Amino acid sequence: MNTPLNHGADPEDAALRVTDVTKTFQVARSASGNNRLTALDGVSLSIGRGETLGLVGESGCGKSTLARTLMLLEKPDSGTVDFEGRDPFALRGKDLLSWRRRVQMVFQDPFASLNARMTAGQIISEPWATHRGLYKTPREREARLNELLQLVGLRPSDARKSPQEFSGGQRQRIGIARALALNPDLIILDEPVSALDLSVQAQVLNLLNDLQQKLGVSYLFISHDLSVVRHVTDRVAVMYLGRVIETGATEDVFERPLHPYTASLMSASPRLDPATRPAERIVLRGELPSPLDPPSGCRFRTRCWKAQDICAEQAPPRVTAAEAGRVALPLPSIGAPSGHAAECHFPLADRAEAGLAAGATTA
Amino acid sequence: MTMTALPHTDHTTGDGRQTVLEVDGLNVDIRTPQGTVRAVSGAGFAAYAGQTMALLGESGCGKSMTAKAVAGLLDPIAHVAGGTIRLNGRELAGMAERDRLKIAGTELGIVFQDALTALNPVYPVGVQIGESFRIHRGMNRRQARSEAIALMGRVGIPEPESRVDAYPHQFSGGMRQRILIAMAVALGPRLLIADEPTTALDVTVQAQIMELLRRLRTEEEMAVVLITHDLAVVAEEADAVTVMYAGTVAETGPVDQVFARPAHPYTRGLLDSVPVNAERGAQLSSIAGSPPELKDIPTGCVYQDRCPLASAICRAERPALREVAPGQQAACHFAAQVQDSTTLQETRP
Repeated sequence: MNTPLNHGADPEDAALRVTDVTKTFQVARSASGNNRLTALDGVSLSIGRGETLGLVGESGCGKSTLARTLMLLEKPDSGTVDFEGRDPFALRGKDLLSWRRRVQMVFQDPFASLNARMTAGQIISEPWATHRGLYKTPREREARLNELLQLVGLRPSDARKSPQEFSGGQRQRIGIARALALNPDLIILDEPVSALDLSVQAQVLNLLNDLQQKLGVSYLFISHDLSVVRHVTDRVAVMYLGRVIETGATEDVFERPLHPYTASLMSASPRLDPATRPAERIVLRGELPSPLDPPSGCRFRTRCWKAQDICAEQAPPRVTAAEAGRVALPLPSIGAPSGHAAECHFPLADRAEAGLAAGATTA
Repeated sequence: MTMTALPHTDHTTGDGRQTVLEVDGLNVDIRTPQGTVRAVSGAGFAAYAGQTMALLGESGCGKSMTAKAVAGLLDPIAHVAGGTIRLNGRELAGMAERDRLKIAGTELGIVFQDALTALNPVYPVGVQIGESFRIHRGMNRRQARSEAIALMGRVGIPEPESRVDAYPHQFSGGMRQRILIAMAVALGPRLLIADEPTTALDVTVQAQIMELLRRLRTEEEMAVVLITHDLAVVAEEADAVTVMYAGTVAETGPVDQVFARPAHPYTRGLLDSVPVNAERGAQLSSIAGSPPELKDIPTGCVYQDRCPLASAICRAERPALREVAPGQQAACHFAAQVQDSTTLQETRP
């Protein structure tokens, strides 16, 4: 804990590393006779200490399965999860308990994720009933509870209220305090502000930022709201049908996407400022294919405007920004390369091809 | 006897825009166990042919309640307690239920947020789309089915001939929303109300649906009332915007003008809360506190508890909507000050 702030942490110094993780589920047989749904297909990513990794993608892309895997709620079929040199799926007993303490989660819906029959104080301190060694005496627990309430911007007297007495934003603060109660190293934030109103969203995002500065905790930030992801993350991973199709520093991925899918996401998201609006919006044709019957070769080829025969025949290679003929920009804070790369046969050459040339700047 | 026999006045404004919907001083009351509360108080705005008016606001601000009052779809516990709703020049407030039913679909269509609950799961989509042709146009089953197929093609559903007999659950979220839109525009209404039509959809599908709504609006010269909480969607899709807060209209006017020079501190606060290219980790400005409960709406300005400008007059007197620029109205005692500032902090006394 309490490592100094390290925005844009070196991905090599990862606190958590997920390597080639595959997870399938057995489901009812589909039209094509397939009954294995591949939720994660060879997913690799890493999160540095004190870093925020954004996880972006549309519904059904595997974001939630990945979060559940990191919470040890799903066991991967293959691949490894490595947390500071240890494989959590091999841990038992005390070691497993300790791992669970270090990875916590904040859920999307603050109205559904808090028990209405408990007080805020009971909700926040409940984890200590399992992790008994953490705060041993009632006095210690009381002090820590007050500290946590203040940390998330609530009053000590709020501990006696029940969730119904709080607004949505305040409830999400309770959810965050509960996640912090065990002093985790990594918090999985699953759409933490998407149920909140805009004016309250900003309050919670500011709180998450302050907490990271103070505590040095890492975040995995899952969201479909690209403007929020852009604001709060250091690096971002884009998923499509169970695969991470692009990763890199947030600025690189947003400003200079390599993968046509990433470009279409960026291009499709509405902009407040007319000056930043793309001159011509990429509107994808067709819909997300069923994960039960993903397309052969590149999964995105059925909706991709650049697709050629090879995209159906061969899985796309991983291409770095440099290999795609781009000048890779170093991470601003530490100067290390951002590791910007995508899986594509025909990565985009520049912003114009990504459909991101703003209307105001095109000649 | 038929509705078309009633006089239709042609409402053309000075600048040639045709007024389709005019809401003025609308009050909506809800009966609750604790007594009657006012959910919408004095709301007013207009929608013009071929243009989109966005109703913007946070949950509970009354934007959906306003739209339901216009569509005549208020829950039994809610009722219009004053004001006027004029559609194509005809007064809807207080209109008899059976006259209302004739208007539904023919003059006014509505698209709801959640397409799965808005569609009936036990009927094929073709039957549901065709229903309005059978009721309002007296078509037989076969004619209605072929109209439904044509309409499905128009809203971009591939292979409509083979999909017309499929059930709602056999369609994706985006396709279901297209089906709802098809039902809403089937009879060529002059007004289309779209209540958060893309909130449940992914961003790439949202772009497709918005494109479809834009195309239909142009083709049919419809007035669209778009209800949303997303400022960026308003900026891109709407011609005019009505910002609602705690059941009242805070500000209304052309989108470009309102977003460039807001005259209400709430509009200003919302615009400042959006993370637009703000530096990673930089503090977002936010609006302190949260909206008041309907039963605890303060006397005076409804926004006073969260407003950095609130002073004695704001606590004493509720500001009326006043013109602050051509076509732009705001309900704020300090509208001029808000307009002239770039951030609210500057105007803080």
